[in-house]
Amino acid sequence: MIRSLAIIVLFLATLSSALASIWVRHEARKLVQQLQALDEVRDELYEEWGRLQLEQATWGTHSRLEAIARKNLGMTVPRGEQAIVVSP
Amino acid sequence: MSYQKRPPKRYRFALSLVVLAAVLLCGRALDLQFARKGFLQSQGNDRYLRTVAMRANRGTITDRNGEPLAISTPVYSIWVDPGEFLRERRRWPELARLLDFDLGRMKHTVNAHADRKFLFLRRQVDPELARRVMALGVSGLSLQREYRRYYPTSEVTAQVIGFTNIDDQGQEGIELAHEAELRGIPGAKRIIQDRLGRVVENVARLRPAQPGRDLTPSLDRRLQHVVYRELNSALRELGAPAGSVVILNPQTGEVLAMVNQPSFNPHRRGEISARAFRNRVATDLFEPGSTIKPFTVAAALESGRYRPSTPIDTQPGYIKLGRRTVRDLHNYGVLDVSGVIKKSSDVGASKIAMSLPPGLLWRMFSKVGFGHSSNSGFPGEHLGRLRHYRGWKPIDQATMAFGYGLSVTGLQLARAYCSIATDGLLRPLTFQRRATPVNGERMMSAKTARLVRSMLERVVQEGTGTRASVAGYRVAGKTGTVHKNIDGRYSNDRYIALFAGMVPASRPRLVAVVVVDEPRGSKHFGGEAAAPLFGAIMADAVRLMNIPPDALLATSTRLAAARPEP
Repeated sequence: MIRSLAIIVLFLATLSSALASIWVRHEARKLVQQLQALDEVRDELYEEWGRLQLEQATWGTHSRLEAIARKNLGMTVPRGEQAIVVSP
Repeated sequence: MSYQKRPPKRYRFALSLVVLAAVLLCGRALDLQFARKGFLQSQGNDRYLRTVAMRANRGTITDRNGEPLAISTPVYSIWVDPGEFLRERRRWPELARLLDFDLGRMKHTVNAHADRKFLFLRRQVDPELARRVMALGVSGLSLQREYRRYYPTSEVTAQVIGFTNIDDQGQEGIELAHEAELRGIPGAKRIIQDRLGRVVENVARLRPAQPGRDLTPSLDRRLQHVVYRELNSALRELGAPAGSVVILNPQTGEVLAMVNQPSFNPHRRGEISARAFRNRVATDLFEPGSTIKPFTVAAALESGRYRPSTPIDTQPGYIKLGRRTVRDLHNYGVLDVSGVIKKSSDVGASKIAMSLPPGLLWRMFSKVGFGHSSNSGFPGEHLGRLRHYRGWKPIDQATMAFGYGLSVTGLQLARAYCSIATDGLLRPLTFQRRATPVNGERMMSAKTARLVRSMLERVVQEGTGTRASVAGYRVAGKTGTVHKNIDGRYSNDRYIALFAGMVPASRPRLVAVVVVDEPRGSKHFGGEAAAPLFGAIMADAVRLMNIPPDALLATSTRLAAARPEP
């Protein structure tokens, strides 16, 4: 009686361990795919960041800013006598 | 039971068949398991195991304030399998239009490579065009992802930053000098794929991807722009074919700006001559001419035999040394030592040098870096030429005193002037941003350096260099006009105009050398061709670098009170 009960318990344990290992493996695969997708997102974001940096550098070119300051905003470099030095 | 004692024949026959089958099975199993294991395993692995590359970017190069100077961004190369692609002839005109190709030439190229499996149609197109090409859905067409280097500052920094080739390897400039650090080493990992090509499992990371290191050179992008603009307009005005400017920070030894003309666009290199690739500041030699006189005078002051007020008779405006005659532009009469610098008298400099032991002059020149590498690490940097004084003839000693018979690079000259700017301390030169200050080496006494600096200030106030002045600032510097040495003979009508100087003279924060190669027309003197360029660059540079003025008129330094614009 005890022997057959033990056999049933062990059988169920084996079965559940087998199923668990299948489940864990499946989960692992899903996570790997997720990781892969995130890796790609990271690479894309990194590249977009590079492009944005380039764009910013292009908009912020010294010669362009200077032209805007002089023409559109009518700014000039202060002459020597206009400068006031505030020393600490 | 009788058969247990003597089994019947039939039973033994059946048993032996079973045993034989078992033996055969075992044999087959052993064969598969041991003898053919390698083959079978590799066949199996080929069906689901893949080794894939992991991307590693090339490092970014930014200026000292973090502004990008070189960045890698992804692009796509379009390639075809010619065999498959040939069957899609109907779609070719569409594709050719999109890629801006000549249809005839495309046909010819593809037909010529019909037996191959791989042919680049076009390399490095931007992602948007690649997307549109793939949207056509032409079979046989594939994309390969690559990186392309972009240089936002383009011509302005071209020779200094350099460029990479189509395979992302550094070819010139910093890209070449620091290739080992900038280069990214792609990693590799082994994965298991399923039927649809999805990654199921990361089996092993064979090699981690090593992205290239980012570099921060000491250059200032804004300063580069200002110098580039001024150099361009000055060269146009003077009709000079080439020129270069270098700006150093004497307190740290950093190179802040380095600009050369002619320049080139690093994105379109096909059509340019190698002439434009040269970073003239570091690679081109010239005789320093009068710009070396401050060091002749420094050697004289250090010897203790001269003071700034020591009189030197330059009459009658020339001096005969052996077969050669050294001439001044005018007869300056009796000058003092500081007058020799101010008027830039070759006769005076010769007389001072002839009265000193040759070793003294040589040691001064050698100490401030002439004839040595500046250790900047820039590819192709020239050491310059300075002969040892044991080989000097008396005439050499005189000509060296006013800058002939030795040659230097712009970088060396600028570095030497740093020792005057820092009260005699010379710091090692660097292209990399320096976060912590470094100790300098003493090249001359602080007193000598200050005396020479005040003499150089008078050059700009009332001597040959007045056009280098900057409103509101005290400027010290020296002009130079050199006859070009062409095939061993000095040319009569080809010059190099030079100016080396520092700002503000009370405590210099910028040292610059301006070299204008072969200015045409009447303005060929250093004071006319190079000094105004120095002044124009510095006027903007002091503002960009937030350097407080040290020579404002007393009236304008009063307290801040809002004054309306007149």
